[in-house]
Amino acid sequence: MSAHTTDNGYKEMARLAIEKHGTSPDALIPILLEVNQEYGYIPVKALTEIKKHLNAPVGDRLIQEGHLFSLASFYHMLSLKARGRHIVLFCESAPCHVTGGRAVWQALQEQLSLSAGETSPDGKWSLVTTSCLGACGVGPVVVIDEDMYGNVTPERLPEILSRYE
Amino acid sequence: MMEVKVINKRALVLVSDDSESRRLGSQELLQALRTEIDRCGLANEVDLNTIVDVGAKNLLPLVIIYPEAVVYGPVHPADAGRIVKEHLSQGRVIEEMIVPKHQLTGRIAWLAARSGALPAAQRIVLERAGRIDPESIEDYIIYDGYQALTKALTQMTPAQVIEELTISGLQGRGGAGFPTGKKWEIVASTSGSKKYVICNADESEPGTYKDRVILESDPHSIVEAMALAAYAIGADEGFIYIRGEYQLAQQRFQKAIEQAQALGLLGEHILGTDFSFHLHIHSGAGAYVCGEETALIESIEGKRGEPRSRPPYPTTHGLWGCPTLVNNVETLANVPPILRRSGEWYKKFGTPSSPGTKVYTIFGNVNLTGVFEVPMGITLREAISIYAKGMKNGAAFKLAQTGGSSGSLIPASLQDTPLDFAATRKAGVSLGSGALLIADENTCVVDLVKVLLNFFRFESCGKCTPCRIGTQRSYEILTRITQGQAELDALDELLKLADQMVRLSNCGLGQTAAVPIRDMLKHFRTEVEAHIQLGVCPTGVCPMRVEAPAAEEMQPLASA
Amino acid sequence: MITLKIDGKTVEVPENTTVLRAAEAAGITIPTLCDHPDLTPYGGCRLCVVEVKGYRLPMASCALPVSQDMEVITENPALAEARRGILELLLSDYYDQGYEDGLGGSNELLHWAEHYHIDLEQAMAKQPRYRVDSDPNPFVWVDMNKCILCTRCIRACADVQGRFVWSLAARGAHTQVVAGAGTTMLDARCESCGACVAYCPTGALNNKMSLHLGAADRKVTTTCTYCGVGCQLELNVKDDKVIRVTSNSDAAVNGMRLCVKGRYGYDFIHHPDRLTQPQVRKYLLDGTPRPPGRGEWVTVDWDTALDLTAAKLSACRDIYGSNSLGILCSAKCLNEENYLFNKFARQVIGTNNIDHCARL
Ligand SMILES: Cc1cc2nc3c(=O)[nH]c(=O)nc-3n(C[C@H](O)[C@H](O)[C@H](O)COP(=O)(O)O)c2cc1C
Ligand code: SF4
Ligand code: SF4
Ligand code: SF4
Ligand code: FES
Ligand code: FES
Repeated sequence: MSAHTTDNGYKEMARLAIEKHGTSPDALIPILLEVNQEYGYIPVKALTEIKKHLNAPVGDRLIQEGHLFSLASFYHMLSLKARGRHIVLFCESAPCHVTGGRAVWQALQEQLSLSAGETSPDGKWSLVTTSCLGACGVGPVVVIDEDMYGNVTPERLPEILSRYE
Repeated sequence: MMEVKVINKRALVLVSDDSESRRLGSQELLQALRTEIDRCGLANEVDLNTIVDVGAKNLLPLVIIYPEAVVYGPVHPADAGRIVKEHLSQGRVIEEMIVPKHQLTGRIAWLAARSGALPAAQRIVLERAGRIDPESIEDYIIYDGYQALTKALTQMTPAQVIEELTISGLQGRGGAGFPTGKKWEIVASTSGSKKYVICNADESEPGTYKDRVILESDPHSIVEAMALAAYAIGADEGFIYIRGEYQLAQQRFQKAIEQAQALGLLGEHILGTDFSFHLHIHSGAGAYVCGEETALIESIEGKRGEPRSRPPYPTTHGLWGCPTLVNNVETLANVPPILRRSGEWYKKFGTPSSPGTKVYTIFGNVNLTGVFEVPMGITLREAISIYAKGMKNGAAFKLAQTGGSSGSLIPASLQDTPLDFAATRKAGVSLGSGALLIADENTCVVDLVKVLLNFFRFESCGKCTPCRIGTQRSYEILTRITQGQAELDALDELLKLADQMVRLSNCGLGQTAAVPIRDMLKHFRTEVEAHIQLGVCPTGVCPMRVEAPAAEEMQPLASA
Repeated sequence: MITLKIDGKTVEVPENTTVLRAAEAAGITIPTLCDHPDLTPYGGCRLCVVEVKGYRLPMASCALPVSQDMEVITENPALAEARRGILELLLSDYYDQGYEDGLGGSNELLHWAEHYHIDLEQAMAKQPRYRVDSDPNPFVWVDMNKCILCTRCIRACADVQGRFVWSLAARGAHTQVVAGAGTTMLDARCESCGACVAYCPTGALNNKMSLHLGAADRKVTTTCTYCGVGCQLELNVKDDKVIRVTSNSDAAVNGMRLCVKGRYGYDFIHHPDRLTQPQVRKYLLDGTPRPPGRGEWVTVDWDTALDLTAAKLSACRDIYGSNSLGILCSAKCLNEENYLFNKFARQVIGTNNIDHCARL
């Protein structure tokens, strides 16, 4: 999360992302992924900047912020809401559920004092649910930022959470 | 992502060990086998385990040896030495001790029907997994890599390539089991100056991670297969759509593309021929439905992943309206071996209706979870007792779900159905993606199906009515059942919703979202009714009261 | 051409026709909601399903291209049951707060629900999910509790109007129609043409100014008076008052299209400030010098007003020459009247200074 959240920052970010991925329609989602990675979410202002660069019709359509917004709200890896410093992803799919996911979910919510989709007031944590992450062999699975934890139990949670500043 | 264990021992010996077998000396037999195995220094290569509840009373105690699935019985402790020395050490099946096929009855009858044995050393799809450095094209080439491509480009016409695939009987591993040769044929015969090959690596079916293992451990096999596909159908450009969460797979695949380009195995004039092929990675961004091939295409085109109305199918109107071949990762991974050897060779594995091997992932309440590749047609019981080393904590097996969230719920009574396309279809079970979720007696079926429907209502693209609203209504009803708030007619309502989803949805997501509901009411109706009529959850999982206000509000979508 | 059989009738249609259009050509009506002949097919609502020989499951006829020797059945008990199911599902997400919406108590969704004998009371949602009147657009009323996500508004705004204001956001059970990046319509470049309203089959988008005015007792087809395009529109009249303007697919010039002026600029008709008789400045009548602020208006008869105008124009031309005058005529006049203006400018006044607002 290094890009600047200033008007110029957004402009620069949009320019770089478009330089890297191009302006053809198949570049739209890669561009959004790039912005999301940079800011941790997609600020609406960044959408406007991207749109400005794409103001020639893409394919047979003119790309408006609305379309970018629509994409960003469809794909779960893209967020339109600002998130906390650490994103806790909890896998709520069946394989993790039957191996004890439910108890972990209860404990997670209690220990973070958050429900699904919420960010803590101090901006430290965001708690997000996700569908299967393809690590079901070691369910229940919790991912914090880039680190994946398998075979999580409610008892292990405090130690895991304490690793994050 | 963490490393994945590929279950990998050369042989497995199962000894029947129920009370009847014990009475006849199975414990002594076990001991004798263990001693012999140690004495021959095979402890690291051979697994010894027990199996219960096999039926066949007249053969006890019996010994089953995998991977050949040979059954010996009745076996005395004195025979242990011979079995270990001849069979396990020298690889010679002891013909005179084999139980004749017609005597195999009861729960092991299925072993008689199995044709084609697969020594563990001869995996097809996971042939190189864990044995080569996935980031080294040299390693791949040493292990027969790019031989199939060279052979095809220099010695075969595109039509011959397709012919060989057709002979092999390979069926799509992405879920539907469509004959691969036929699909290639259709795209090849559609006219069009521009065609595309797409590898579907979106793999978001809960419980499925076989494609990730393939991409992470052997990316070049997919590069080679896609080039072969392009050659066969007349395409010069390809995309691999890799799930956004699969960062490592993306990195390794990118590296593989670069290495192949550097060696002239991708790009213009491959191997000095007229054939050119350019390959791009497209990252997913978190949407299960994008695994559906037309949604995947929409997604590449920069749109929401809403499945198109079909027909027309991608084979004629795919990416940018051009004829497009979409194949699953595992399907493609089978292609180079088939072309390197032959279609006839491939048919030796699996069952006649479903040749080849299948990569499964197994997980849930079992002792060992992981990925394994076996011939088509093994049964659930085998999968659990052999590959997953039995149920965790000795709990009883209650149900399995095959093929991910949209798969069938299989009760204990159906666990001896061979897992191949034809047999599962007949049993009304979907083989799907090869995920095997094993749940024990502590799992509440209503709770499980509720979790599944929560998945679907969240992953539905929202385009069509039956799926968008049907999954939501079903989820609400299931929630009410777990809260003890439902009446019996809720079950009729559920069945009606299921029927609407199956018959009227635009794509497989909505259609299969109904499968777990139907299976639940087919196999576990008593358990569901107990929730409603007795007000108890037999497993004690469901709260049976309203915990939190159920009303869900629309959340604002963005913050400025 | 492709020949197929629909309900036993042999139909011949061009390639790439949808089954729905082919059925229409054969005089067979298939219930639809998300489909509209002007818009690209979507195939979302699934109300239009039909049985096609060779397919296991019912197919959405609005998105299915015809093929040679296809055999289609458009209605039977199973399909009727399917449609009932679809309508019930849609209604279970449809909340009506009970306000008078000016649509005469019906819309396309309710029409089909009644057709299939659905108990509306029982089927409708019991709680709203959205704020009623959620957008400040002065002309377009938004009540997403009635939205069935047919996307007709989205396609209308994009395909017909080229403004791309609406899009779908989120997915699954949370899918919703939003303007722009979750903003108001006007912020999302809406020009208030009302096309989205015209295409909405449920009244989720509606005409704000007409909301509580009830249903029209007659419709008068006429031509828009604002500009030279000459769009046809329908004045919805109740008690001799225009309460709403609607467009009509059959209109040769504009089809369903209208601009904000044509669709919403009708309030002048019954406006109290509207002039219905000529008025002149009092000092001109009196022949006195022009007072500061030009003084007050007096209502006069046409002859008085025209005489005065003629005298002033003549004086201007005589003193300053013909080219000191310019004439701007109006799209609100008939062709014949504009022709006369032309003659008047060039022959009577003697100038080429003539222009027209529709030339812009
Ligand atoms: C909701 C849904 C999700 C799917 N997800 C996948 C997937 O993750 N991977 C995949 O290969 N196929 C998936 N499929 C199947 C594809 O549509 C398609 O049939 C497959 O990629 C064809 O490849 P094959 O012929 O090699 O099996 C999915 C289908 C549906 C309806
Ligand atoms: S069935 Fe579900 S996922 Fe498929 S098109 Fe319909 S709403 Fe979308
Ligand atoms: S009023 Fe016209 S411009 Fe505005 S959203 Fe509707 S269709 Fe688009
Ligand atoms: S607002 Fe109207 S036209 Fe738009 S999607 Fe909803 S129901 Fe359809
Ligand atoms: S179900 Fe949790 S990682 Fe797959
Ligand atoms: S009218 Fe065909 S699906 Fe809506």
